[in-house]
Amino acid sequence: MKRLLGWTGFYVLVAAIILYAVFPFYYAIVTSLKAGSQLFSIEYFPMTWNWDNYVSVFREQPFAYNLLNSVLVSFAVVALSLFFGVTAAFALGRVQFRGRGLLLMTVLSVSMFPQVAVLSGMFELIRGFGLYNNLLGLVISYMIFTLPFTVWVLTTFMRDLPKELEEAAIMDGANPWEIIVKVFMPLMWPALVTTGLLAFIAAWNEFLFALTFTLTNTQRTVPVAIALISGASQYELPWGNIMAASVIVTLPVVVLVLIFQRRIVSGLTAGAVKG
Amino acid sequence: MATAEAEIAERAAGAAGTAIQPQKSQLTRSRVRAAWLFLTPMLILLVMVAGWPLFRTIWFSFTNANLSDLGSARFVGFENYLAYNDGEWYGVLADGEWWNAVWNTLKFSVISVALETILGLIVALVLNASFPGRSLVRAAVLIPWAIPTIVSAKMWGWMMHDQFGILNHMLMGLGLISAPLAWTASPDLAMTAVILVDVWKTTPFMALLILAALQMLPTDCYEAARVDGIHPVRVFFKVTLPLIQPALMVAVIFRLLDALRIFDLIYVLTSNSKDTMSMSVYARQQLVDFQAVGYGSAASTLLFFTVALCVVLYITFGRVRFDGGR
Repeated sequence: MKRLLGWTGFYVLVAAIILYAVFPFYYAIVTSLKAGSQLFSIEYFPMTWNWDNYVSVFREQPFAYNLLNSVLVSFAVVALSLFFGVTAAFALGRVQFRGRGLLLMTVLSVSMFPQVAVLSGMFELIRGFGLYNNLLGLVISYMIFTLPFTVWVLTTFMRDLPKELEEAAIMDGANPWEIIVKVFMPLMWPALVTTGLLAFIAAWNEFLFALTFTLTNTQRTVPVAIALISGASQYELPWGNIMAASVIVTLPVVVLVLIFQRRIVSGLTAGAVKG
Repeated sequence: MATAEAEIAERAAGAAGTAIQPQKSQLTRSRVRAAWLFLTPMLILLVMVAGWPLFRTIWFSFTNANLSDLGSARFVGFENYLAYNDGEWYGVLADGEWWNAVWNTLKFSVISVALETILGLIVALVLNASFPGRSLVRAAVLIPWAIPTIVSAKMWGWMMHDQFGILNHMLMGLGLISAPLAWTASPDLAMTAVILVDVWKTTPFMALLILAALQMLPTDCYEAARVDGIHPVRVFFKVTLPLIQPALMVAVIFRLLDALRIFDLIYVLTSNSKDTMSMSVYARQQLVDFQAVGYGSAASTLLFFTVALCVVLYITFGRVRFDGGR
């Protein structure tokens, strides 16, 4: 009897956790499927399947551009940070040299920078390169938060690969670049997927730089576009459009996370648990 | 320790190498050269996007720079931080709104991280038990983490809407409140609303870090405790908690550093309201909205050193190693 009660309590807790985690997103979906004044009646289940909001969010603003911008920026950020991350991780993880610990510590400390602390300097830099209101400026500025953890996670991963592989390659006369591309890369794809995904999500969700370094509607990324959706007045926000846009940007990330959940969890905990 | 030893061993090996096997030393040297070759692009990029902007921000904080014309900035010393003029104090450190932002940030960080730790611990303990459908729960828990902060701010903003929000509807249905609350607009509730959303969004991160620590625990002491018939709650406080404490501390520090620089959520959920303004929101408002780059940079610099101080304190007292040694 006591056991039964315990299990019931446990499953109630489990149900509460699931509800708490999923409900807000579920409710956003329900809201996005309503139209007009229906929006203002509270319902827990979708009564109608009205796709008007999904159409109007593309019609009333350059949302397609915003999506494209987000995609371009995120993929460029992933490609760049993986490239620089892998090469740096080879040096930091496989070669013993003096100052290695200090370097790793410096790289890691960059990930603790508050973004706003570099905002004015970055603004000057981006304007100096003529990249204000340009996606390339966003890509470069995003390196400040993707590069440190990419380097960190890939270094920890590379350090644990067996030494014999590399020695055999050296015996065969491979140079360091060939060692990276031909020996390590095939073994590293799990770590590459993990860090790539984390970098993608970080770039996809970034807000402060995107808000500050872009000016026109067509250059904005999706988070900024959503934050700036406004109605006729401050008190008439088009909630239907906002929720539709929110669902559109969130779905790809949620799908990615659900597919790769194991990889993401291992990536998130890689640096932290070892301390 | 481990690295120091490794370094000594490495140096000894290097010395032995030059004496006995000149060929190996040459190989080592060419490897080190290649290492630097591979490191340099990453380091240049990092200096460009992190070191240089930080240096410029600190420099701007000592000037009267303006956003529309950064070039004509003139050095003004500590005037942006604190200055005395005609019987009145000026500068960030004399600004009541800045101290209000500092207080808001601290309040937000401490309360939300404490709540996240407790909730994260509960979720992690649930996920650590084996039951059918566990992977489903873990997937569900990851969803808030994956949702962009802006989107979660908007979603909750809608749920907390004072007239049509479902949160008021639920609470009234349960009889917990008698009239709808203006969550994000009222001065008393705005901070609660921000904390509520942040806790929802970041508990998964906490839970996953704690879960990883729980899964590395040895099982033998639990068997011993079961054989001795010790109550599970007692086992939790006497065995589990002390064992996962190091990992828990790391997670708490990670989250605290993150919470201290909060911007997106507050900016979108309650915009520039004074009741929730954080240090980052204050600094950006000065920098961009008021175009006062010098003054805003001073605020940014202060935030940077606050965060840096926390890191230094943690490294000193937490005896953490960031050297990545084996």
